[in-house]
Amino acid sequence: MSQGQYVALAYGVVLVFVLLWATIIAAKLSRLESETADLAALAQEREGDG
Amino acid sequence: MSSRNSLPLFAGTTAVLLGLAVVVALLVAPEDANQGVSQRIFYFHVPIALTAYLCFGLGAWKALRLLWVGGERRDVESYTWIHQGTIFGTLTLITGSIWAKASWGVWWSWGSNQLVLFLVLFLFYCAYFMLRFSIDEGARRGRICAVYALFGVALIPASFFAIRLASDFIHPTVFSREGPQMTGTMFGSFLVCWAAITLLAYVMYRTEVVGKRIDASLRELREVLS
Amino acid sequence: MSAASLYAADVVALARKDLRLELRARDTLPAMLLFVVSTLVVFHFALPAGTGADAAFGLLWIAIVFTALLGLARAWAPEREGGALDGLVLAPCDRSAIWLGKTLAVLIFLMTAELVAVPAFALFFAPIDLVAVAGVVLASVGICAVGSLLAAMAAASRGREVILPLLFLPLAIPLVVGGVGAGISPEGAAYLSFLGLYDLVFAILAWATFEYVVTE
Repeated sequence: MSQGQYVALAYGVVLVFVLLWATIIAAKLSRLESETADLAALAQEREGDG
Repeated sequence: MSSRNSLPLFAGTTAVLLGLAVVVALLVAPEDANQGVSQRIFYFHVPIALTAYLCFGLGAWKALRLLWVGGERRDVESYTWIHQGTIFGTLTLITGSIWAKASWGVWWSWGSNQLVLFLVLFLFYCAYFMLRFSIDEGARRGRICAVYALFGVALIPASFFAIRLASDFIHPTVFSREGPQMTGTMFGSFLVCWAAITLLAYVMYRTEVVGKRIDASLRELREVLS
Repeated sequence: MSAASLYAADVVALARKDLRLELRARDTLPAMLLFVVSTLVVFHFALPAGTGADAAFGLLWIAIVFTALLGLARAWAPEREGGALDGLVLAPCDRSAIWLGKTLAVLIFLMTAELVAVPAFALFFAPIDLVAVAGVVLASVGICAVGSLLAAMAAASRGREVILPLLFLPLAIPLVVGGVGAGISPEGAAYLSFLGLYDLVFAILAWATFEYVVTE
């Protein structure tokens, strides 16, 4: 590999890590969304009962 | 509340600064006379390493505050800083390894004190996560993890000197990466990259803490509702 | 009695309790002795013929560190099995005295093992000078000071046998560097002072933080 390719590789790895982190956060966000929807449904059910 | 609303502002600044940092590091900074183009790894590698130290230090500071004044919030904060530190430490190892390959032709060199130190720290903080996940949640887990985090900041200088001493009998010659002097433009580029990476770590930290707070609030809500 | 001598009396009483338990049950020390000697024998076969004394000296340190781990893994077992740690924590003595007492007891075990291991090493592999022995002693102090605190942490976790080496080995790296350096480097004194500094810093840290580890 040429020197320039190594530089590109180093910067690419950093980019991939940041994107990976964003993916993990996105997965967490969708989990939180379904959890919130769950709780909202639960709250509405409560309202109906009372 | 106002401090939480500042997160988008920080995130925006980070995005702009990171873009600027890549441009400055790859295009604006002059080519190093000795090392050529591979020296450009320096502009991200060293700021990432410094940021990792900063994250470990802040994690230990939050741990100290936890032992000192208490507060469950500080346990989460200390853990999140150490998490960021481990991410950036891993990146230091990877970019350092690529740099070693580019300039010395090997993927790993025990002669590079910085790389060896980060390997030791990486092992130490991986053990931190193992410890954390094998203790039942509660105040005692927070305190035990805080004590271990404090040992981490004592280990950093101890390993630093140990590796210096060890390189005397393991590797008599110590590689030196830094050229004789950085020019003004080089130093300016380095500062831009450093600021960008530090801000990135801060934004990641804040985002994760917000996520953990939402988690805790949802758990509370579920307890109230069911 | 003054506060300092009361504290010292607590420490000595706690360490004596551990030694007496060991004399009665013989759970740890024979295992450590046998382990360190068998490790050295295994090393003879693991080491290619003609490797220098320096390489063998590194192996002595591996033997010492893992022997210490063997002892440390059982360090809090008596308290855990009897549920005595909660009682000790509630006792009117300073909690750091519990740590110091345990460190002393483990140190005595480890030194006894080294009393066998170092002459055995000198007999099997290479002669050892006084600076190297001082390195062994100083590093043992550090190993026991840090190790007894980490063992208390590991005892509070679910995977205690597995987790102690993971916690301990990164922290032991500077000690191994100091110990090996004291043995094979011509400037052994620098390594000895490094070991002394490590012992001081980490002993103070462990002494100050132990109570947070054991209180519920």
